[in-house]
Amino acid sequence: MAAAPFDIPVLGDPAEHPVPALKPGAMAASKPYVAAEAHQQPLGFPGELTEGWEKRAIDHMGSLLSKYRSLRVFMDICVKCGACTDKCHYFLGTGDPKNMPVARADLFRSVYRRYFTPSGKIAPGLVGARDMTKDVLDEWFNYFHQCSQCRRCSVFCPQGIDTAEISMAARDIMDSIGQGQKYCNEIIGKVHKIGNNLGLPAPALLDTLEGLEEDILDETGVPVKLPIDEQGAEVLLVTPSADFFAEPHVLGLIGYAKVFHAAGVSWTLSTKASEAGNFGMFIGNYDQMRKISMRIREAARELGVKRIIFGECGHAWRVAYSFLNTLAGPWDFLDPRYPVPQHILEFTSDLIARKGIKLDKSGNDGMVLTVHDSCNVARGARMGDKPGGQFTIPRAVIAASVPKLVDMHPDTICDKTFCCGGGGGLLTDELIELRVKGASPRMEALKDVVDKQGVTHMAAMCAICKAQFTKVLPYYDFDREMVVSVHQLVSNAIVLGDND
Amino acid sequence: MAYTSNGATIEADEEGYLINISQWNEELAGQIAQDEGITMSPEHWEVVNFLREYYSEYQIAPAVRVLTKAIAKKMGPDKGNNKYLYELFPYGPGKQACKIAGLPKPTGCV
Repeated sequence: MAAAPFDIPVLGDPAEHPVPALKPGAMAASKPYVAAEAHQQPLGFPGELTEGWEKRAIDHMGSLLSKYRSLRVFMDICVKCGACTDKCHYFLGTGDPKNMPVARADLFRSVYRRYFTPSGKIAPGLVGARDMTKDVLDEWFNYFHQCSQCRRCSVFCPQGIDTAEISMAARDIMDSIGQGQKYCNEIIGKVHKIGNNLGLPAPALLDTLEGLEEDILDETGVPVKLPIDEQGAEVLLVTPSADFFAEPHVLGLIGYAKVFHAAGVSWTLSTKASEAGNFGMFIGNYDQMRKISMRIREAARELGVKRIIFGECGHAWRVAYSFLNTLAGPWDFLDPRYPVPQHILEFTSDLIARKGIKLDKSGNDGMVLTVHDSCNVARGARMGDKPGGQFTIPRAVIAASVPKLVDMHPDTICDKTFCCGGGGGLLTDELIELRVKGASPRMEALKDVVDKQGVTHMAAMCAICKAQFTKVLPYYDFDREMVVSVHQLVSNAIVLGDND
Repeated sequence: MAYTSNGATIEADEEGYLINISQWNEELAGQIAQDEGITMSPEHWEVVNFLREYYSEYQIAPAVRVLTKAIAKKMGPDKGNNKYLYELFPYGPGKQACKIAGLPKPTGCV
């Protein structure tokens, strides 16, 4: 590929944890596009900054502080111990000290101190308190869009400060005064208008699904269906719209369809809930998060399903697992014998354990897999009924489908997993330098198992991770097709046409 | 930003995607391609024309798989794959080819 217009981090040994040399201001110019009025107004946000925005920002900060006790606690309890400083993939990849989680939080904290603490009101210079000015706002916009809200830093924080929550609050304040981010807000507008992040209208979705059915029939000789808007189906599958569109996502969707077929469970997709993702979380806006979630409730009711299962999408699973009941519950109209909601990996793993589906590993002959734990699955949710199920269940499904599965360095997996570099609403082209550099800790751990253990592919369980790796792998001299969907592996291994 | 084509100013967004897709023309496509470092060949045109046909029917660019199938049908099975499309459009057949075809950028986790 053509040389990138920026340095690509050199990959070392993941066991050594070198702290990069500081490069102050290295990423000061990195920022996403500001949302235009056309992207702001459908979400009820002002179209642009107007006079008096400073006061409105502080008022909004005040309302968030009174609504979320956690936010105020995070502002007050940081003791500057430094445990978080070398834990953020964006810091490790860029060396910019403002990408240390404590420094990022301090961008918010300094304004908090000025307006909400006695010492900051009286002697701002002594306590690092700052007025809310355009310069401060610009710094917020740049650096709160260099946080993917992956929460790795919070694992290492002895105080339990959740930088993601601070970054969500900052983004919510910026939206509320008219300085939103184009990528997220344009996408949320499409969810409201068309039904999914991609803007895929129903006729295009139907056409795509028909094409996939033909492909599966051609390939396997088995008429596997991808039903949509089917009244009375047992399961509603809610999956990211990227699963209908992109590679390797779509190979995962084919895998889900084959699992339902082989298990003999009736299922349906929905044109209304044709998106699992919920970017309302990325922008820290509860109303948007709720509105997006309600589509799933409405679809489930209208279709009369008994269960809801989510496809491979990291942050959707965090919203679904951790918040769906309060956002869009109660779910008393669903079958109480099943968890609400379920993850497709729980469903498939359970079938494997009960021998409800048969897998033949030779379908993935020659592949040596490793697995990338998605941040929102790893640190924002769980699977199954045992602690750590979100780590063991995906691994069990992969191990049952492939000849060999190995893990990357222990400091880079499970609850210590690194973000792919494109999460939290940063998967946009203008942030490519940040995305490439932020991926370096994951690339380093990947290269380690490629070199030492012969790994050929890395499985991912999140649409953002899949798209991000497809884009950034070539910068590190890996093949873009090295990233695969977990259910793509199931799809290659599953034995169809033998349901008895 | 904006392009100038046949003496007319054609508005585009920050990344060069047209604001009004009806203002697209072939000369402009060549110009956008040049900005992207691409010299349009008959193969590039096959892809761009298919994207435009699909868009006019469905108001969205085709899924990558739909595109590769269509190209396989038109240009032969050895060209109906992702690798070939990336050779034509190194920044990704979805986004880069859409830009040249004057279509909106696919959004979301793609």
